[in-house]
Amino acid sequence: MPLNEKAPATRLMQGNEASAEGALAAGVRFYAGYPITPSSEIAEVLAYRLPAFDGTFIQMEDEIASMGAIIGASLAGAKAMTATSGPGFSLMQENIGYACMAEVPCVVVNVMRVGPSTGMPTAPAQGDVQQARWGTHGDHPIIVLSPWSVRECFDLTVRSVNLAEKYRTPVILLMDEVVGHMRENVVLPDPASIPIVNRVTPTVPPEWYIPYEDNPSGVPAMSHFGAGYRHHVTGLHHDVRGFPTLREDEVEDLNKRLFRKISDNLRDIQQVEAYALDDAEIVVVAYGSVARSAKRAVVEARAAGRKVGLLRLITLWPFCRRALERVFPQAKVLVVPEMNRGQMSREVKRVNQGRAEVRTVNRTVGRLIRPDEIMAVF
Amino acid sequence: MIDRYEIRLSGTGGQGVVLAGIILAEAAGRWREGQYVAQTVSYGPQVRGGMSSAEVVVSSSEIDYPRPISLDLLVPFTQAAATEGVPLLKPKGLVLMDPELVHHSTGWVAEIPLTQLARESTGRIQMINVVALGAMSVLTPVIDPESLKAALDERAPKKARESFHKAALAGQEAALKIRDRIFFEEGAGHED
Repeated sequence: MPLNEKAPATRLMQGNEASAEGALAAGVRFYAGYPITPSSEIAEVLAYRLPAFDGTFIQMEDEIASMGAIIGASLAGAKAMTATSGPGFSLMQENIGYACMAEVPCVVVNVMRVGPSTGMPTAPAQGDVQQARWGTHGDHPIIVLSPWSVRECFDLTVRSVNLAEKYRTPVILLMDEVVGHMRENVVLPDPASIPIVNRVTPTVPPEWYIPYEDNPSGVPAMSHFGAGYRHHVTGLHHDVRGFPTLREDEVEDLNKRLFRKISDNLRDIQQVEAYALDDAEIVVVAYGSVARSAKRAVVEARAAGRKVGLLRLITLWPFCRRALERVFPQAKVLVVPEMNRGQMSREVKRVNQGRAEVRTVNRTVGRLIRPDEIMAVF
Repeated sequence: MIDRYEIRLSGTGGQGVVLAGIILAEAAGRWREGQYVAQTVSYGPQVRGGMSSAEVVVSSSEIDYPRPISLDLLVPFTQAAATEGVPLLKPKGLVLMDPELVHHSTGWVAEIPLTQLARESTGRIQMINVVALGAMSVLTPVIDPESLKAALDERAPKKARESFHKAALAGQEAALKIRDRIFFEEGAGHED
């Protein structure tokens, strides 16, 4: 058999490697992290590759410092990222809240393993779905994306960086061990074809700059430290100039704007994939590697004449309520398989409001849910 | 057209099963045209010892579930790997095993003395994974000797390239010889 002529362009890579390549393609030039299984390959690839891009890689003393470092780098103008797994993600939570409050664009990749605590480091889980949403204290919006393939690890890392820049917010890329460690043959896109978003920077003279002034998009222009614009950054509730305030009107304005910049743009942020949904009476709602088991289950059930479809969540937060509501006219049963004890099925039940019957498939034994385990509840 | 050809290589951490899985996936997914591959691993936190396995699914169409459903080929490097893997085989699934490492298996068995061939061809028993890949290039439809050679050339350190070739060739020749002598070992859980 002749050899594949396109072999040089085709690469066999892990999801973690693809995520690192996606970061570079999106313009990430600063990475600070503390390696942890099953995310370590992201740090490994970036440690090796970033210097060639004039970028910076720092291995930090822990994940608290890693998160602090990427916030600092981002405030200084760099696109910054870190990667971790459950235990490290817990440590990052306080500073993630700081990034939400101070509106610092940054990307946190969490390759989920089984918890709680050290759990099973080399085994897959999806136990951090609610932590990604509510891990940091206080009310805050957050963007969380979840890939299901190696190619999508690349694409969604690019998208995470772009969304972080566009909305001045931390974005969490929630992978799982299967997706992170799996190798697939992929052809990465031509760099020129990749859309790149950069944060909006101030164009007014420095003395006119009001760092947190509202505008129609809800996303204020962001000045870099050292760019000549006075810019105070704090985790305290602040006024439009960035200084602490307890005034109710100013606090309320800030709270509303932080939510509005996300909730006004759900169409841009929320992404789902529908498969065989048109006449589906049983709809599987899944994400990450489990969605691949679900796809197999749907393909096999369809072959057996069952009216089954798949709604794959690519954006996990903000929860894709509208996409789910579109399946209700004909959906009688919703099936939510997850490698946790039912973290996303809560959301599905909340939106469902008793309209369809919700069935859950939950496994937390450190193994990808098999298609037959999902088919068993069809 | 190949619809989900599933292979599992398994043994003890340090035996090179994951590397063999990667080379196999490269040969099937990069050097052969029109094939999708998904390669997954399972291993414990230890560096040496403990069960370690690499699974490769190859298909002409996009792969949904990336882990094996029922194996077409099992390559166990320990008895435990054989005992655990055999129940996952398809009815016509094949076990490629080295009698020096695996004493007993059931189902369709291709016996190749991988360790002995590695020792004879390269002087290093660590090359059993490459010998196994050579045998697989004859026994499976998803790779062939040419695509395997291309994948090995890229992966092998320059100094070791010749031993990689020798080991793969030894595996190929042995597999060609026994291809018509694959036998069925009676055991529980198998139907033809």
